[in-house]
Amino acid sequence: MAERERTRTAELNVEGVTKRFGEVLALDGVSLAVAEGELLTILGPSGSGKTTLLKVVAGFETPDAGTVRVDGAAITNLPPARRDIGMVFQNYALFPHLTVRGNVAFPLEMRNVGRAEIERRVGDALALVELAGYEARLPRQLSGGQQQRVALARAIVFNPRLLLLDEPFGALDRKLRETMQLEVRRLQRRLGLTTIFITHDQEEALVLSDRIAVMNKGTIQQVATTTEIYERPANDFVADFVGESNIFHGTLTEPGVVTLSAGRRLMVNRAGRVGDRLGVLMRPERFAPSGANTFSGEVLEAVYLGASFKLRLGCADGLELLVRQPARGTLPAAGQHIEVGIDPDAIHVF
Amino acid sequence: MSIRGFFPALPALILLLAFFLFPVVRMLGFSVEAGTLDWYAKALGEGLYLQVFWNTFEIALLVTGFCLLLGYPLGFLIATTTPTWATLGFIFVLLPLWTSVLVRTYAWMVLLGRNGIVNRWLLDAGIISDPLPLLHNFTGVLIGMVHVLLPYMVLPIYGAVRRLDPAIAAAAQGLGASNWRIFWRIYIPLTLNGIFAGSVLVFVLSLGFFITPALLGGGRVMMIAVLIEQQVRETLNWPFAAALSFVLLAFTFAVYALAQRFTRLEGNT
Repeated sequence: MAERERTRTAELNVEGVTKRFGEVLALDGVSLAVAEGELLTILGPSGSGKTTLLKVVAGFETPDAGTVRVDGAAITNLPPARRDIGMVFQNYALFPHLTVRGNVAFPLEMRNVGRAEIERRVGDALALVELAGYEARLPRQLSGGQQQRVALARAIVFNPRLLLLDEPFGALDRKLRETMQLEVRRLQRRLGLTTIFITHDQEEALVLSDRIAVMNKGTIQQVATTTEIYERPANDFVADFVGESNIFHGTLTEPGVVTLSAGRRLMVNRAGRVGDRLGVLMRPERFAPSGANTFSGEVLEAVYLGASFKLRLGCADGLELLVRQPARGTLPAAGQHIEVGIDPDAIHVF
Repeated sequence: MSIRGFFPALPALILLLAFFLFPVVRMLGFSVEAGTLDWYAKALGEGLYLQVFWNTFEIALLVTGFCLLLGYPLGFLIATTTPTWATLGFIFVLLPLWTSVLVRTYAWMVLLGRNGIVNRWLLDAGIISDPLPLLHNFTGVLIGMVHVLLPYMVLPIYGAVRRLDPAIAAAAQGLGASNWRIFWRIYIPLTLNGIFAGSVLVFVLSLGFFITPALLGGGRVMMIAVLIEQQVRETLNWPFAAALSFVLLAFTFAVYALAQRFTRLEGNT
């Protein structure tokens, strides 16, 4: 079964898609390429256009401009029913009057698959999501996690060319969410199914994805691997949205030195042209007790987080830093003076 | 609930007691006046009256069927269209409901008569050569009653469709279902309670309908309420009218009880 699905899966290309709702520009010339078998996450705050993009791909919205291609063929004007795309909705959208079997069999019945074949494939799909034995239950007799699995089984049972997941874990509690994330990842790898996953949760995006596309205000800010997104964000928005960050702006005053507006000089690994306006990102966990750049300041706030200390540091020149230290020794008290450092390698300039 | 909880409801209770329960009991007394069930035997035993009951059921059933056929698409449309169109649709559904049944029935007489607007238009258009018999017969009663009772079908169906999560239809679409199949496999089963509520409402109201069949039937379409009125007004036979009323009431309760049972079963799914 897995073998056949691998041959059916597809690559997706979104080319210059624009969608306007009245005055609001929901998608502003979005282009995106998803490779065959890849899991790409679209990450963005609510209102960033990520759900609209998914609806355009699924066929529930028609773009004002642009093209959606699956394996090179334009599907922009194809109705959803003829796109062969599996989708898991935010609230699962299970058919409440049909049993688990009825729900999973639905897409096969719509394709006029024979009875015995339906029985076999529903069995396979339910086994895949570990729900064998639940065939006769109704959706409301299942827990949230189980409903989720039914929705997933229903979305993959007909060997779709793409799988779309629209914030599917939003309604689950943290523990279950983590389990389901890993499970979806396992399933997606096993089937080799090209998948687009939508979330506003950056942690979830990091756990699941091959690559992440960060969206804001209807445009894609950056598409890159998870490490790339975290370590080398393209702009303020990405740096701020993914993970905790200290972001400053300054000017390259000489090669390898950025001078911040407060007057502080930072050693960085960046040649560039003198006079360039640059952004500087320092991740809180990259600070060490000492380094090429040092910051001494007063602890404004200190929080114990089990594995680490989270500190807010106020420097004499007005700079405020978020710092994470491994939780060793005692938690620094507020008002205490400490010194931290960071090497040029650990600073990202953009 | 404590006794105190009843106080605010007291005026209404007294009103119901005085103007509803008391007359009903009086009527029950009339129907068994002589200490016998002779009037009931007559109502249920003579072919003529049974025929009237049968007519009433037949008309009620047909009215319900036509209301469903017309009301489902309308309720569905109002529930799924844009707010502006929905408001407009509501006005069209509710406006007749706020107009007196008498007025609407007279309007239908103007429309359906031998020289009425419908017949004249059809004659002028050359579609027919002789006027259609639309008034003072079964067809006229049917048209009038469907029109008067349609809102009672549309509103529950509208409510049932509104309660559905639109994502469910979208999901069905994405899974490969045509609109036709979405309608039969998703919408109909999930709005059965609305269909049912509307149908029971229209059917029960049809059973006791008086003004429309009396006027549009022109005395030639005998429904039970028309018969009862005739017994009271023309023959002054109160005991028989009372017996007929109670038979109708019993039928109505039976339908209602059956419906209740059915909905309870429905409610479990």
